[in-house]
Amino acid sequence: MAVGLSGFAFGVTSAGSGLTVLQTCALSLLVFTGASQFALVGALAGGGNPFTAAAGAFFLGVRNAFYGLRLSQLLALPRAVRPFAAQWVIDETTAVALAQPTRRSVRIGFTVTGLSLYVLWNLTTLLGALGAEAIGDTDAWGLDAAGPAVFLALLAPMLRTTLERAVAGLAVLLGLGLLPVLPAGVPVLAAALAAPFALWADGRRRTRAQAADEPDTAEEKS
Amino acid sequence: MNIWIAIAVTAVGCYAVKLIGLLIPAGVLERPLVQRLAALLPVALLAALTAQQTFADGRVLVLDAKAVGLAAAAVALLLRAPFLLVVAAAVLVTAGVRAMTG
Repeated sequence: MAVGLSGFAFGVTSAGSGLTVLQTCALSLLVFTGASQFALVGALAGGGNPFTAAAGAFFLGVRNAFYGLRLSQLLALPRAVRPFAAQWVIDETTAVALAQPTRRSVRIGFTVTGLSLYVLWNLTTLLGALGAEAIGDTDAWGLDAAGPAVFLALLAPMLRTTLERAVAGLAVLLGLGLLPVLPAGVPVLAAALAAPFALWADGRRRTRAQAADEPDTAEEKS
Repeated sequence: MNIWIAIAVTAVGCYAVKLIGLLIPAGVLERPLVQRLAALLPVALLAALTAQQTFADGRVLVLDAKAVGLAAAAVALLLRAPFLLVVAAAVLVTAGVRAMTG
């Protein structure tokens, strides 16, 4: 249900961003990872060059490598099958597969979820893109708010700790602050630097807190 | 043409990272620092993208009906509304504010 709605929202957003129905459907068929697709059409609509736009989408897709790592152990697929299974390595299939008790049910869960979501995502993308063309001015219907709302809904459950909130806050400041001065698409990539920076700052803070907790050992070391 | 290039590059890149996860031996990506960075990267990107797509028109910052719509979505998220309602709230409130302010 949620995937169906996102697919529809993606189709509408993509068509509203100036992509043709064919380009919109090609994205859902070939990329098949929602956040990256939204990011790409958003960057293209903002006038970004194709490579900076693709880079933002790519970095959002990097999390799928870590899903693949978990799934690889659970699914234990023959090497020849892996290139075919790879396209379905996404948030939802990983969540379903990880919840299964046996290898057999992991494989069934992954395949059924992957296949049904792939079909649903592509059908609703097509409907959304056709719908957007039929409506014409998608902004009048508030449909340009669907993309950022999907991002916000994906982001919200990730904001559990102070560190995560700090990263989000810093990324917002960088993303908006650099917008007027850097070429389109680049500010998002610069905002991604909030993640390594926050990790580095957190590491330093911890080291200092440890040193403060154990003044004797810290002195001995220095 | 530029759009097709962007689609092709994204498709190849996103497929490659999916496949890499399935192919490489466990352990390479299991280092704690890599894991933490991988978890924080989407946080930074999604936050920046949400802000930009809400407050940016091209390269100019704006405050318009979309900001009100996203505020509605945020309230829906705080109330633990399902995904469907969150997106619907953003779309309907944005459309409503635009209709009223014309």
